[in-house]
Amino acid sequence: MKLLVIEDDREAASFIEKGFQEAGHTVHLSADGETGYLLGESGSYDVMIIDRMLPRRDGLAVISALRAKGVETPALILSALGQVDDRITGLKAGGDDYLSKPYSFAELLARVEVLGRRRGANAPQTVFETGGLKLDRLANSVSRNGQNIILQPREFRLLEYLMARSGQVVTRTMLLEGVWDLHFDPQTNIIDVHVSRLRSKIETGFQSPILHTVRGRGYMIKA
Amino acid sequence: MALGSTAIRLSLLFLLLFFVTATGLVLYVTSLSTQIIETQAKNAIVQQIGSLEEAYDKAGIPGLMRFIDRQSRQPGAHLYLIADQSGRLLTGNVSDVEPGILDRSGWVAKSFYYSRFDDDSAGRYQAIAQVLRLPNGLTLLVGRDLGDYERFGGVVKQALILALGFMMLGALLIWFFVGRRALKRIDIVSNESRRIIGGDLSRRLPVGTSGDEFDRLAVSLNGLLDRIETLDNGVRDVSNNVAHDLKTPLARLQARTENALNGKKDAKHMQAALQSNLLEIEALIRTFSAILTISKLEAGSVLANREVMPINPILADVVELMEPAAEMQGVLLVLIANEPVKLAVNRELIAQAVLNLIENALYHAGRDNAEIELALHVSQNTIVEISVADKGVGIAEQFRRTATERFVRFDASRSSKGTGLGLSLVKAIAEAHGGVFELSDNEPGLKAIMKLPMPAD
Repeated sequence: MKLLVIEDDREAASFIEKGFQEAGHTVHLSADGETGYLLGESGSYDVMIIDRMLPRRDGLAVISALRAKGVETPALILSALGQVDDRITGLKAGGDDYLSKPYSFAELLARVEVLGRRRGANAPQTVFETGGLKLDRLANSVSRNGQNIILQPREFRLLEYLMARSGQVVTRTMLLEGVWDLHFDPQTNIIDVHVSRLRSKIETGFQSPILHTVRGRGYMIKA
Repeated sequence: MALGSTAIRLSLLFLLLFFVTATGLVLYVTSLSTQIIETQAKNAIVQQIGSLEEAYDKAGIPGLMRFIDRQSRQPGAHLYLIADQSGRLLTGNVSDVEPGILDRSGWVAKSFYYSRFDDDSAGRYQAIAQVLRLPNGLTLLVGRDLGDYERFGGVVKQALILALGFMMLGALLIWFFVGRRALKRIDIVSNESRRIIGGDLSRRLPVGTSGDEFDRLAVSLNGLLDRIETLDNGVRDVSNNVAHDLKTPLARLQARTENALNGKKDAKHMQAALQSNLLEIEALIRTFSAILTISKLEAGSVLANREVMPINPILADVVELMEPAAEMQGVLLVLIANEPVKLAVNRELIAQAVLNLIENALYHAGRDNAEIELALHVSQNTIVEISVADKGVGIAEQFRRTATERFVRFDASRSSKGTGLGLSLVKAIAEAHGGVFELSDNEPGLKAIMKLPMPAD
């Protein structure tokens, strides 16, 4: 993926750059809002990572201006503010995701990769299939190798969220946000318990694991 | 008494206003009384002319002259004069009038001066009169002296001026004392404020018993001071506790890093050290963000996005989220929410508060067949109660009040898990919704209740 990072803190920016390069992505850095806007306008990026407080042009203003120009590149907002209403303002301004500082790089990487993938999938997918595991949103059914699996509604949504991002790491916070619509940091292992329950339903009796734990990062559906 | 310029300006304005109205009043009353006097005098003159006409009808000019002669000898306010064509006085009690008065017939346009025969002082008096022409070229003047009326008018004027003078004096005295009192109380407020600004936030303004504007002002200012003191104490507590609570993990972090740098340098040891440092840092970040959330809530800035929504699904969501964790611990999580309740809340915050309470209860409830009950209940149609009750060890009564303070943990080592901010966050959330947070005895165990006010509709 080709990423645009607009961040005025040099050290933070170079950490982001290094991390994404190690994960196999190309990164362009910009230290102020104005230059960032000009780069973003070219539209040739897969994801933009934009800090909120920037010299010369505020991060939210950059996103609004790009959206007004018709640039639909997914944008993740980084901010030290991190309160509920800040996140809402950020998303209203045209951001696609929001991460408050300090954040772990694993979280940022997972979210950016998911954002980059989401691009292009215009029509919402209704059937997901990975390694014999099949989830049909319309029929509300899950099966593996043709064998029906009964899931609770929340387990269904959890699996749907994971399968829509199969092959990608999904963090616990992303799950809490995406499946429960709660935007705070779970202090206990509540998400892990839900995932392990789901795992036992879709893996017990089958040969290969499909719902993997990625240490220090999160979970991933992969054949 | 220190008179500010405002006080002086106000008093001058007040005096000026009073003076203008008083003068206006005097002028109005005197002009009105003059008018009444003139009308009365004119009526008397018309009446007198009526009797003169009678005398003239009976006996002609000589009869008229006789009548006038007779009348003139009587003392009184009536004035008579008959003059011939050359202006010579023939009879009457008037010895002289202002020149030109007799030249025109009809009412003399305004009061004039005259002298009379029966007066030795040769003074001149004021009168009004009507001038008539008699058939044989004689001129008759019938008038009335205004002296009595003037005296009456003078008395009225004097009384009025005197009364107004007294009123002005009284008003000045009242203003002086009332104004002085008001200024004194303002002085008290500003002196007290200076002391408070000087750093003694526990001082309060004195509130009187009358409930007047000053008392209401004092009550409002005291409320303001209460708020400031609470915030100030909050900040102080936080800095104390931050110092204490964040130093411990920072010290651990430092020690572990130093250890790693000085110990075996192989990748495995380094990896382990970094991994545990990362966990420590994550815990630190959680503590910081909890402090931040609480401060923001207490500053009253988060609740901009409150929406009216049903509470039941929020609780159900949290229960559903927490249930597997509870089950793993062998704890039964029960939700009792029979009546649907709608309230203006911030969903995130309510969910977080309930989640904190359940986490807390799970931590204290014990294991195996323990039960935690989350209940939604409306009391007296005005208060929505969200309660989480466990049957664990509970909190002794004397500690319950402090339990919601920041960083309070009931083990001296402060090493148990959790930030120590869970309950104070719940309290801040309840208060940000205009409610209260209470801990009570569940006999046995702890019952934590958020009481949120329901808007009257």
